[in-house]
Amino acid sequence: MSKPLEKRRLENVGLGITGACVALVVLLVATLVFMVASRGLSTFVLDGIPVGSFLGGTTWNPHQTDASGLPSVGALPMISGSFAVTLLSCLITLPFAIGSAIFVVEVAPGFGRRVFQPITELLVGIPSVVFGLVGLTVVVAWTRGWAGGTGYGILSSSIVLAFMILPTVTSLATDALAAVPDGYRDGSYGLGCTRWQTVCHVVLPSAAPGLMTAVVLGMTRAFGEALAVQMVIGNAAQMPESLVTPASTLTSVLTMGMGNEAMGTVYNDVLWSLALVLMAMSLVFILVIHLIGRRGAAKHA
Amino acid sequence: MPSAKGSATASARRADKAATVVLACIVGLICVALVAIIVGILVSGAGKLFDINFLTAKPEQFKEGGGIGPELFNSFYLLLLTLLISVPVSLGAAVFLAEYAPEGPVTTVVKTVIEALSSLPSIVVGLFGFLFFVLTLGWGFSIMSGALALTMFNIPILVRVIQQALEAVPRDQRDAGLALGLTRWETTLHILVPSAMPAIITGVILSAGRVFGEAAALIYTAGQSAPALDFLNLNLLSTSCPWNVWRPAETLAVHIWKINSEGVVPDLTAISNGTAAVLMVCILLFNVLARFAGRRLARRLTAE
Repeated sequence: MSKPLEKRRLENVGLGITGACVALVVLLVATLVFMVASRGLSTFVLDGIPVGSFLGGTTWNPHQTDASGLPSVGALPMISGSFAVTLLSCLITLPFAIGSAIFVVEVAPGFGRRVFQPITELLVGIPSVVFGLVGLTVVVAWTRGWAGGTGYGILSSSIVLAFMILPTVTSLATDALAAVPDGYRDGSYGLGCTRWQTVCHVVLPSAAPGLMTAVVLGMTRAFGEALAVQMVIGNAAQMPESLVTPASTLTSVLTMGMGNEAMGTVYNDVLWSLALVLMAMSLVFILVIHLIGRRGAAKHA
Repeated sequence: MPSAKGSATASARRADKAATVVLACIVGLICVALVAIIVGILVSGAGKLFDINFLTAKPEQFKEGGGIGPELFNSFYLLLLTLLISVPVSLGAAVFLAEYAPEGPVTTVVKTVIEALSSLPSIVVGLFGFLFFVLTLGWGFSIMSGALALTMFNIPILVRVIQQALEAVPRDQRDAGLALGLTRWETTLHILVPSAMPAIITGVILSAGRVFGEAAALIYTAGQSAPALDFLNLNLLSTSCPWNVWRPAETLAVHIWKINSEGVVPDLTAISNGTAAVLMVCILLFNVLARFAGRRLARRLTAE
């Protein structure tokens, strides 16, 4: 009689241990979201700064007060800087990522597995500060020579970010193309289409949801990257005027500012609000990916 | 009209050839750029890479000739602590998701939470570590705070890798264990985890490479200062004791960022290039080790 009970106890031990691990992770994430949100909201609740003047204001100078007697904490320069580098880096990386994914899946699968995939995996491993350093010594100098000015700015950051997100987008796009059933290709070839026609009219359209997921995940990474961007963007908290003048992003201002201000000051609270915007945006990106996935599934069903 | 039809086919063929050439150029360009980046980093830091004094000496703030000794040690020590914490937790969570979790609301919530954690920027994880471990729990800038921040950064990656490894074990093995009267827990411990081990080890080493180069999560948790270390000091509460987990610890990646943003060291370029080369060599080694260890282990487990 004791044997089954013993087994039951063992099963419960296993469930208890693994369940505790899961609970710990969920608890940590919940604490993170709660703490960052409560600090981020204190700008509006405790310091009385209207949400509109934070999200829509174009002047970032928390040590000075504006006409209404409140500190100038317009975050629009950083928000637009973040979106600008994200979109531009995606635009740069997209043709390379999709092009090489097509090559690896449709033209030379053996080369893709043996040579290209290990190389892109290596690229994922390069630390972001090393990318920042390469950006600082190579990309900034190149932009300076080509466009004049200091070389720091949105263009340099976008080029550095494009390299950083290239492996992510490429490997996800490769998966998306490889998941298209071979029957589709055979049908197209059977009708006498060339490879390029097959790719354009059959493979790419049916892999579209997967490709969009790849792009959005690349954007998530670009939006949240801190140090590499901070090193090459020039860190001027003003509305971006051109692609080659110094600008700033949410992450760069957080990286620079957090160490300098004491907890509880308005400046510090506003920095946490920037972190809250950053966190909210990464959750929005995840939501978008889920929506794409659901629509893709509905289309195929 | 046969001629018109023939020319349509010919132009389609030409377009196909042109597309293939363009695609090959794109791939070639990426490969060349990648190799150039990696070789460039290694070559520009090559002078420092084999300089024992650079690898062991303590950094200098205002004069030339500083080294990266403490940073090198800190990077490995932080990595070790991070793996000690994150591997068991991720293993447990992955077993729960792969073996125990019934399809239902709990699993959905857990999956969503882990996905959200993986999408969070590492700077946000670092700032949370600053708020929670450094300030609220009062641990200060310390190795412990840094290791826990890195753990949060590492958990989603590890859970995904381990879960995939467990799910790749053939169903027969699971059924055989259960048919022998083993509980799910015993099946997991004695059959599934051992046979998934090569994939798990490879995943852990690859994630170690990511952790090793991470800086944004560390600048406000493990701090930006590296106290000189005395390896004969075994007093675990002293800041010069290497093993003390409550001392601040700047890593290699943070060092590169810090000296570049402060810009007061006279031999800034040489030191940051040298540090970057050391970092790259370590990460390349992790990559090689991951492939080698996975293959070796798989052979040992499958061969009689």
